[in-house]
Amino acid sequence: MGKKLLLKYDNVPGIRNYDVYRSNGGYASVEKAVKTMTPEAVTEEVKKSGLRGRGGAGFPTGMKWSFLAKPPGVERYLVCNADESEPGTFKDRYLMERHPHLLLEGMITSSYALGAKISYIYIRGEYYYIIHILEKAIEEAYANGWLGKNIAGSEFSHDIYVHVGAGAYICGEETALLESLEGKRGNPRIKPPFPAVAGLYGCPTVVNNVETITAVVPIINDGGEEYAKIGIGKSTGTKLISASGHINKPGVYEIEMGVPVEEFIYSEEYCGGILGGKKLKAVVAGGSSVPILPADLILKTTNGEPRLMSYESLSDGGFATGTMLGSGGFIVMDETTNIVKNLWNFTRFYHHESCGQCSPCREGTGWMEKILHRLLEGHGKISDVDLLFDIQSKIEGKTICPLGDAAAWPVASAIRHFRKEFEELVKTRELVH
Amino acid sequence: MQNGKQIKFSDKTLELVQRMMKRYPEGKHKSALIPVLHIAQAEFDGWLSAEVMDYVASIIAIQSVEVYEVASFYSMFNLKPIGKCHIEVCRTSSCWLRGAEELIIHLEKKLNIKVGETTADGMYTLKTVECLGSCGTAPMMQVGPDYYENLTFEKTDSLLQRFRSEGKRKTYLDQPEPRTI
Repeated sequence: MGKKLLLKYDNVPGIRNYDVYRSNGGYASVEKAVKTMTPEAVTEEVKKSGLRGRGGAGFPTGMKWSFLAKPPGVERYLVCNADESEPGTFKDRYLMERHPHLLLEGMITSSYALGAKISYIYIRGEYYYIIHILEKAIEEAYANGWLGKNIAGSEFSHDIYVHVGAGAYICGEETALLESLEGKRGNPRIKPPFPAVAGLYGCPTVVNNVETITAVVPIINDGGEEYAKIGIGKSTGTKLISASGHINKPGVYEIEMGVPVEEFIYSEEYCGGILGGKKLKAVVAGGSSVPILPADLILKTTNGEPRLMSYESLSDGGFATGTMLGSGGFIVMDETTNIVKNLWNFTRFYHHESCGQCSPCREGTGWMEKILHRLLEGHGKISDVDLLFDIQSKIEGKTICPLGDAAAWPVASAIRHFRKEFEELVKTRELVH
Repeated sequence: MQNGKQIKFSDKTLELVQRMMKRYPEGKHKSALIPVLHIAQAEFDGWLSAEVMDYVASIIAIQSVEVYEVASFYSMFNLKPIGKCHIEVCRTSSCWLRGAEELIIHLEKKLNIKVGETTADGMYTLKTVECLGSCGTAPMMQVGPDYYENLTFEKTDSLLQRFRSEGKRKTYLDQPEPRTI
């Protein structure tokens, strides 16, 4: 059994409620921070921990915090990104539904480090039922002195508010999220300025993912160095993996970074093998945006080494033979899966979710969806495969935000690794549905 | 006026709206727009008419066009009337791998409507949506605030029956059903 930090008390009945949470050591990190540490010292521990953003980008959290501008007399904000919408990802929902106080504790401790008097949880609108859970937890935290004025007898005061979105994948991108939080359409902003300088209401702002913020709790309780001892290389600590698709035990698993992919898929501790004893065909390892890999490449790198669940190992080989850890949305496909149809499904998603601001993304995602649909309907041409590849290459890197890249990478990788399946569709004029 | 009702929040709702607006710094009350639109949609038959949007604009003290451009951007806001029971089925990859497509076809047959349509009696509207973050419990659908997961045809059929017998509109603001976790 790997070490559990975030889901340590997952099996404790009632851990969602304040009393149970508190009696299991809850809010100790807030006490420790506000009573015995300076805000700079809290940031220093997060730096030492090597924690990297768990929303998908993997940027070092301590460094992100240290970029926060601190002009005197100007408000600073922490915004929790709970817009979780990356297909294949459901770990933040799991955390918030079961461990709402862990998130609040992480937000209070983090806000102390950042000097934020107010923080917002921007949660996707569809998670409305979780808002009820969060609001109750916030009420309990106020009632017990962990929110409001002079927290734990210190000078530090803090308020947390939940803010609801309304169905837009793009609002997971941090500047689109801030626009949305300001009551506007979720169109990403041009950077710079970065949110650390001009974020919410033009004020310095840190936007962190739910899982990232909860990881601050064990980091402050046990120290950054202890956290960094877990994991492998620059992939420190634990990571929540959302496992779905053709596996026996879909669900959220907390792993120590560095678990072999093969063990993750086949062991009883995690996914429990492929559904119905079928063969593994492909995996999308980090949410729909990351490159798809065929079975041989997800299990082993081209050097023949076992592929591990870590930032570095999953990206070994670059996009030619590797992928990314991303958000940890691990989608498993068995031998019967139609790769082209899955790609069409993904591409339809990106077309639907493109905010329409940049032409390459707005137009390109629609073209790709149509061409894939044409292939699946048996009306495709061999040249369509190259056309698809060409279109994705003209979206990647040419848009304001990374949604363009996210739409391009699945297409490029599916063609790279499964070109034959596209061509077969043309040759056999097969009707798939 | 909508369905003979005046477009005006009840006192209780107005209080909620005002509480919502206080969550944002002075002068930044436009931030409350999306939360207030959710409230308006729940209060006025599950959709946002131009009249309702104009009313929201007046409450928040912004221009109507600022409300229209936001309401038309976000997929959870309905700009046309919908059935009492708004069935939203996830169609994205992980759900597709576990039978979402078959579930959608089943629902179309069962309700005798196509995706995007409302039954003649105004009871059900069927919609497909993108990933709802329920990939490990696929296939699934959302109705009002509730997620219904690990669906089979049988489970879905009995849910449809239950919604009909309950006969009330389910909105996002309703108290969610208890979940076993």
